Amino acid sequence: MKVSLRVNGKSQEIDVADPSTPLLYVLRDNLGLHGPRFGCGLGQCGACMVHVDGRATFSCVLPVTAVGDRAVTTLEGLMEGGKPNKLQQAFIDEEAAQCGYCISGMVMQAQALLNKKPNPTDDEIRRHMEPNLCRCGTHAAIMRAIKRAAVA
Amino acid sequence: MTLRRILLAAAAVGILVLLVGFGLAWRPAIAPVAANAAVNTDRKTIDHGAELAAIGNCADCHTAANGPAYAGGRPVPTPFGTIYASNLTPDVDTGIGSWSEEAFKRAMRDGVDREGRQLYPAFPYDHFTHATDEDIRALYAFLMSKPAVRNIVPANELDFPFNFRPIVAGWKLLFLHRNALDPDPNKSAEWNRGRYLVEGLGHCGSCHTPRNALGGEKKDSAYAGGAAEGWNAPALNASLVTAHKWTADQLAEYLSTGWHKLHGAAAGPMADVAKNLGRASQDDVRAIATYIASLSPGTEAAKAAIPAGGKVLTDQPADVVAIYNGACAKCHNDRHDVGPSQAVSLAYSTAVRQPESANAVRVVMHGIEAYRTDGGPYMPAFAGTLTDEQIASVVEYVRARYTDQPQWTDVKSQIAKARQEGAQP
Amino acid sequence: MNVHLKPSRRDILKGTGALVVAFSLANRSDAFAQEAAAAGKPVTLDQVDTFLAIDDKGMVTVYSGKVDLGTGIRIGIQQIVAEELDVPLANVTTIEGDTTLTPDQGPTYGSQTIQMGGMQIRQAAATARSALLDQAAQRLGAAKDDLAVAEGVITAKSGGGRVTYAELIGGKSFMLKVDPAAQAKNPADYKIVGKPIPRRDIPEKLTGTFTYMQDFRVPGMLHGSVIRPPAIGATLQSVDESSIEDVPGVVKVVRDGNFLAVVTETEWAAVRAARELKATWSKSETLPDQAKLWEHVRSTKIVTDDVTSNIGDSAAAMATDGKKIKATYDFAIHTHGSIGPSCAVAEFKDGKLTCWSASQATHNLRKQLAMMMKMPDADVRCIYVDGAGCYGRNGHEDAAADATLLAKIMDKPVRVQWSRADEHGWDPKGPPTLIDLRANIDASGNVTAWESEFFIPQGAAGMVDLVAATLSDRPVVGKLAPGGIVNDSAIGYKFPNIKTVCHRLETTPFRPSWIRTPGRMQNTFANESFLDEIAAALKADPLELRVKYTDPADKRGLEVLDRLAKIAKWEKRASPRKDIKGNVVTGRGVSYVKYELVRTYVGVVADVEVDRTSGDVRVPKVYVVHDCGQIINPNGVRAQIEGNVIQTVSRTMKEEITFDRGMVTSLDWASYPILRFSELPELVIELIDRPTEKPWGAGEPTAALIPSAISNAIFDATGARVRSVPFKPEKVRAALRSI
Ligand code: FES
Ligand code: FES
Repeated sequence: MKVSLRVNGKSQEIDVADPSTPLLYVLRDNLGLHGPRFGCGLGQCGACMVHVDGRATFSCVLPVTAVGDRAVTTLEGLMEGGKPNKLQQAFIDEEAAQCGYCISGMVMQAQALLNKKPNPTDDEIRRHMEPNLCRCGTHAAIMRAIKRAAVA
Repeated sequence: MTLRRILLAAAAVGILVLLVGFGLAWRPAIAPVAANAAVNTDRKTIDHGAELAAIGNCADCHTAANGPAYAGGRPVPTPFGTIYASNLTPDVDTGIGSWSEEAFKRAMRDGVDREGRQLYPAFPYDHFTHATDEDIRALYAFLMSKPAVRNIVPANELDFPFNFRPIVAGWKLLFLHRNALDPDPNKSAEWNRGRYLVEGLGHCGSCHTPRNALGGEKKDSAYAGGAAEGWNAPALNASLVTAHKWTADQLAEYLSTGWHKLHGAAAGPMADVAKNLGRASQDDVRAIATYIASLSPGTEAAKAAIPAGGKVLTDQPADVVAIYNGACAKCHNDRHDVGPSQAVSLAYSTAVRQPESANAVRVVMHGIEAYRTDGGPYMPAFAGTLTDEQIASVVEYVRARYTDQPQWTDVKSQIAKARQEGAQP
Repeated sequence: MNVHLKPSRRDILKGTGALVVAFSLANRSDAFAQEAAAAGKPVTLDQVDTFLAIDDKGMVTVYSGKVDLGTGIRIGIQQIVAEELDVPLANVTTIEGDTTLTPDQGPTYGSQTIQMGGMQIRQAAATARSALLDQAAQRLGAAKDDLAVAEGVITAKSGGGRVTYAELIGGKSFMLKVDPAAQAKNPADYKIVGKPIPRRDIPEKLTGTFTYMQDFRVPGMLHGSVIRPPAIGATLQSVDESSIEDVPGVVKVVRDGNFLAVVTETEWAAVRAARELKATWSKSETLPDQAKLWEHVRSTKIVTDDVTSNIGDSAAAMATDGKKIKATYDFAIHTHGSIGPSCAVAEFKDGKLTCWSASQATHNLRKQLAMMMKMPDADVRCIYVDGAGCYGRNGHEDAAADATLLAKIMDKPVRVQWSRADEHGWDPKGPPTLIDLRANIDASGNVTAWESEFFIPQGAAGMVDLVAATLSDRPVVGKLAPGGIVNDSAIGYKFPNIKTVCHRLETTPFRPSWIRTPGRMQNTFANESFLDEIAAALKADPLELRVKYTDPADKRGLEVLDRLAKIAKWEKRASPRKDIKGNVVTGRGVSYVKYELVRTYVGVVADVEVDRTSGDVRVPKVYVVHDCGQIINPNGVRAQIEGNVIQTVSRTMKEEITFDRGMVTSLDWASYPILRFSELPELVIELIDRPTEKPWGAGEPTAALIPSAISNAIFDATGARVRSVPFKPEKVRAALRSI
């Protein structure tokens, strides 16, 4: 069936075999995006996070047919004029990635906070980032990156 | 003001007039204790107090969102306005640091604070009044061992006449029954212990028993089901409709872990209760389970069997089925009786079988995050992922597929209410 | 089998099309382009060409058998080579873990990548440089020691001509043996090594342009998903294919012995089909009762005793009078818990197998796949593609075996993406570890004897049997391979009588493998905690006790302890602290190790906050002093230390797999919680750089110290000793109640 989707500002028609396909797989396999990642498929880890109408959302538990006309933004969509945005750059400057598998989700989650609250406290950052898991132990660097983007 | 509010106000004023006549409302202050007064530091007593505090769920009302434990300030919504839980840390000015054990005991038993002011029954002294001196002493020792936190709690926001404390004395005339619970010799010691905890410190009835217009528990329909923060506190008596009848063993497991595979997970306010009971004496939890199980006597009633996989529905709109397969079935899959995140077959879920959709709607919207750091049942919040229409349609689909109960009529209004209560950001 | 031809197909190809481009840009995984380059390239450890190639533009390609598991060693290796050759760092690229192109430098584990692999490559580069200078000397008619190299250009200091590496060797091979005597550069002249040079992959990872194994695609590829038995050892009885009739995109249900899988057109179809396929299995109960795990371990048959140290006569010393101390420690079973479940793609072309995976040991994987498929090693090529961090031997090899089996059966390339439950349930586990310790203290307060017994499975590092091979009843090595778990059972402290024995057990409940700091973490937990029990018995300051029993000649070790005391503002006193009152109490604990007694020195101090009634423990702050010799890239070392601390606080405080008699029951993050942001400790790290010393590993040593530092801190705060990892509140409560 045909599904129309607005991803990173671009509307497109996509063929999906199964209407229950979660957005994550459509973004990765049909649109070839590498930002959103599969980590658990259960809404437990945040690796798949994207913004849906500006809200950080687990794309692994959102059937593509339920997205409707809501705007989807992935890590790729945060880029500004082909350059990393302030938060992405802060992660780069802090080298806030080890394997980096969780990082796309971390950025999407953190961006959602900064959009609402440009200068969050440490506590607010920790609380807001609580849903996202990292196994490499990059948390400290991630905190530094978010704070760098917040004050910058 | 609604008509109901007007009647209430009238009733209250009536009582008030009586009271002032009888001077009932007046209670003396109890002298403050010095800040450095010697407090009981015996670890056994303190640990016992901690376990009782867990059973009493004290921390949850007396801790503000993300605030320091027991420092109060949490808003407790009531039909009469908002009451702010008090600071129970031993801070002299803003907590109970100047309270003697006597003063603490009077608050627990009679609902009167150290200065002699009437306390609102949002503080369930109508239950705590049953607590023994030993238990009150242990609780007091535990609270006094907490770090003192200076925290001035906001003033209550109550409409006239409820903002006039003395009327509470009238409320007590009607609803505070100080009689101790004499053990029932025909029942086991465990059952009696359970009753003591459930009727007393556990104050289960505050949520699970319906309340009358004046906010008192309807003793004639004890445990027939009540409400808590928008959630439905299911009936604990025989009137509860479940897929499997609760046994004491199942209740004990559920109460201490927040989950049982034949019933589902404790969500909303009950999640906090379960988390606390996990920290309480497991003998006490067993006793509680034994007593509660006895409220719905009899054995498993034969019921229209719903297969674990639910009924086969042919008439459902494709988009709703897609949402179910893409969002819900990831955990509530029917290949295993327990899926990821300890998801149970929805055919077993109590929330899905209740007469109102309050809990089904809220668990879908708010998810279950209470056990996230320690591990336990989990469900992502869909309030931000699915639209109201989608939530409504999938909740109704689940009700139709997994129960033999009539379709809900209140789903949309429950969703609207849940949104107001503040769904996930 | 039911094949659906549907509009989606066109679209999938469109999709994959895009991805194929993506991956062929990422040259490290463009197998086909490299095939040509591969012709005749040596991979033996004694050849310079094995490690290095310089093309006609002066671009340097490094062939590394060690791979970057997200640890940042890629840039480290490139720094080493650029430094030795004096070429611009930007001109150096790396090809890793490709069995056709790269040497077998052993698996990427044991915190040895720079220490071993990097040094082999440095020696090759030094040899190459010297050879190039010889040629240049001839060309320029200058004396070799008159030549200088900058940016790959060789000039005679005395003036005269210039010649570039490209001109000398461009595109040709060196045909040189690695010269162990070749003089490596004097660290005093380093310009690149030791500098905090940013990793190149991080910008790509922040912009979605990086290709992980999980992103990797080949044209015409199908997706596979394996349906695991509900219990280890259960046999497949029947499969009801009709149960997935209405799942769109199913190509085939594959059944091979107890190996049951679905092959589909899309990844989601594989997920759904695997979830919905109904199969019946026999009952199987091979696991011990978890509640009695430690009795089980203790009663498991011992096949050998490895005596890892035997100094003096500990038995005699224990028999003399004095204060006897004994304690038993245990350490739970852990899963690797990679955030990205294992993934692999396999393809057969004219009888030859190519398998892409994030395996840390592609050369071993090649042998195992060849064995499983009964084909010669030479016909198997395994290529490393970066995955999510694996921290040891997790499921990547098994996913590779799944994909290989399915690719063979389907005669098409197949990608297998493990589910979260596959990863938590079927990755090999860090085995349960049980440790008894005894010590004797004489009247004058000297420790006269130390004895320890470790109950750990037999075997060493090696090849962990592939799940698919076992399920389909194909050849396996059939040996336990838990990793080098006897390491750090011996201790470095100078007690007169020491005996440390590892009882190697015949079996262990789960297929074991190495997880970050295997054995060293468990063993050091027991050793360094028990040392504090001795300190407490002596009413001695724990840090001072460590100094007292450290070899006075070991200056580097003593410096670590000294600097640790300084940065942690360590106040000298015995534990537990005197002034314990109130519910929430604080304390601090120290731990120290010279890793495996021969390399990286680390000292750690952990601060804790303990709620004495609930048993909740917070770890607000951790201090680390770290000496791994020559630091190649301080950012890399720092990141590794942070990861070591944070991951191990998680393992120490929270982690423990759960299981019933048949199978793991902690199959997701809800049942196997790990550390979250709210539990993140603050870190204070001091690096000791020793440019003139050998570089040692930084990927594991710090982790070894975290459990003991925290146990010691809890004891300091409360006087209660927790001897069982994880330190869950109920265990801490029990310890508190028992004092
Ligand atoms: S992949 Fe979506 S939350 Fe883990
Ligand atoms: S950086 Fe590897 S999981 Fe977060």
